Amino acid sequence: MRRGRFTGYWLMLPAALWLGVFFVIPFYSLLATSLYDPEGSVLTGYDVTYHVANFWDAISEHWDELWRSLWYAGLATLICAVLGYLLAYAIAFKAGRWRNFLLVLVIAPFFTSFLVRTLSWKLILADDGFIVDALQTLHLMGDDDRLLATPVAVIAGLVYNFLPFMVLPLYASLEKIDVRLIEAASDLYASPSRGFLKVTLPLSMPGVVAGTLLTFIPAAGDYINAQLLGSTNQRMVGNVIQDLFTDTGDYAAAGALSVTLMAIIVALVVIYIRKAGTEELL
Amino acid sequence: MSLAADRTDTPADRSSGAPRDLRLTALTKEFATFTAVRSLDLEVPAGTFFALLGPSGCGKTTTLRMVAGLESPTSGTIHLGNDEITWEKPYRRPVNTVFQNYALFPHLDVRENVAFGLRRRGAKDVDRQVQEMLELVELEAQARKKPPQMSGGQQQRVALARALINRPEVLLLDEPLGALDLKLRRAMQIEIKRIQTEVGLTFVHVTHDQEEAMTMADTIAVMNGGVIEQMGSPTELYENPRTTFVANFLGQSNLIAGTVTSAEGDVVRVDMHGTQVSIPADRAHVRSGNGWIGIRPEKVLVAPEGEPIDAPGNHLPGGVITDVSFVGVSTQYLVMMPWGQELMAFEQNTGRRRILQQGDRVDVSWRPEFAFLLPADQDVNAGALEEV
Repeated sequence: MRRGRFTGYWLMLPAALWLGVFFVIPFYSLLATSLYDPEGSVLTGYDVTYHVANFWDAISEHWDELWRSLWYAGLATLICAVLGYLLAYAIAFKAGRWRNFLLVLVIAPFFTSFLVRTLSWKLILADDGFIVDALQTLHLMGDDDRLLATPVAVIAGLVYNFLPFMVLPLYASLEKIDVRLIEAASDLYASPSRGFLKVTLPLSMPGVVAGTLLTFIPAAGDYINAQLLGSTNQRMVGNVIQDLFTDTGDYAAAGALSVTLMAIIVALVVIYIRKAGTEELL
Repeated sequence: MSLAADRTDTPADRSSGAPRDLRLTALTKEFATFTAVRSLDLEVPAGTFFALLGPSGCGKTTTLRMVAGLESPTSGTIHLGNDEITWEKPYRRPVNTVFQNYALFPHLDVRENVAFGLRRRGAKDVDRQVQEMLELVELEAQARKKPPQMSGGQQQRVALARALINRPEVLLLDEPLGALDLKLRRAMQIEIKRIQTEVGLTFVHVTHDQEEAMTMADTIAVMNGGVIEQMGSPTELYENPRTTFVANFLGQSNLIAGTVTSAEGDVVRVDMHGTQVSIPADRAHVRSGNGWIGIRPEKVLVAPEGEPIDAPGNHLPGGVITDVSFVGVSTQYLVMMPWGQELMAFEQNTGRRRILQQGDRVDVSWRPEFAFLLPADQDVNAGALEEV
């Protein structure tokens, strides 16, 4: 078996190189940026001064946006999980010959750009749009209330944009479940709801975990939805980082905030995976 | 330990203590393109080991699934004692199933798989009952393992324990041994039969393996094309089949064309290619016209031409051995008869006579009481080509 010994490493090489050039080096550079001397500017240049206080400054100054990002993303993930589970369950178990068609529909939004889709939500939720009109006619909204520039709009946008990332892994794990296991549960005195809780749901946990991660992580760093559908009151940390980098030119603070967001997400993900205990599942 | 003795202290969640008969009446299941089960009538007495035997696609699994409640019948009824359960939800029936590929829950360990049914019904002292059940199937040491880490035979026993622990009135077994190798299958057959005797529950076993059905069951119903061809004890079915399908599917048979010449008293006489053979009336399923004379291969005696054969009557000279298979305990001969048909003859290797060779000229004979007569309108090959 001498020949095959290094095959695995050779196969990994292209991806490792790619990640090295386009992830490890930029990440190092980002980390270095976060430790720049905050007095630097484009004109005077920047020095790495290991100025750890950048972190405390950035976090304390942008605490609101950081916190908002986490809870918007968390709420959007939760809504996606509920909607996505229902949809994935229906496609996997009830759709019959429509299954493939419905899956294509789930993926269909990807044929249009993220930006265009979010912009179209701006029209949907507009003050004179049909949704606002309808809700006002039904007196569910006051005449001066709006949907745009509210948390509702931003979270709705996040849910819409990331729903497919929830549905696909959920579908993949539900579809794998042997229906005979569900029959066995019902044969063993489990009502449909008990059978779902004791058999279907636990067996779909890998999909739930993958789906929530794929939704929460990008949603927490997203700034397009907040920018197009929200106002200054719905700014998320992504918007702050973008401003600091492109408008203010405060690279040190932008870097520190980026690293902080990444650290928080990694920490949350680790805790979550530990809690969900997916390694138990085959 | 004896489960039957423990019955007194089980939680009183059974509707009644006395076991009840399972009765299917005119049960029919039609799918979009075919009829799986046709107006089936069946009565399984409480406490018996009942086998539904038939080739794949004969409707036996569909029948089982209707009893379990996993399939709803197109028409007909299912009763347990006097209670109709035709439309009862599967999780409300006192019926449990050992599934074909076990369908064990992969995310639960053996203990929780076995405890599943008890927990759903909120039974008390689940731990003790699970422990006892694991002892019965000899899996105490594996209690913490997950099913995917176990061998086929162990998984099979978990599946059995998981169903049995609920002490269902009827335990359904859907080809439970199909995935096991031959040796293990034989061992499990004896094991399951032992457990059934010990717990005294009604077992309904679905299989296409006739040897398995004969080893385990008190009563066998042979199914073909959605209907029951014949029902009875293994000996009854084997010794006195009523149809060519049963004659061929349950073991093997020589079927020889013949014409009834007389049917008086308790003997039917048949002309078989010029030889008069007699068949007891209770084994003759036609009384006039043409028929198939059936004789099991091990009942056919062969002897070198002119030598005496230990059987009165039905002496047929002029055979030639065309094939000899030595299988250890016995030798299987094919004998070409003067009318151009090859008959099978199995002979125990007792050593009383040398094993015959291909080309030897032989006389053939059988005792009249072993022959049977079947209607000529039945397909002579029915059930013959459908071995496993």
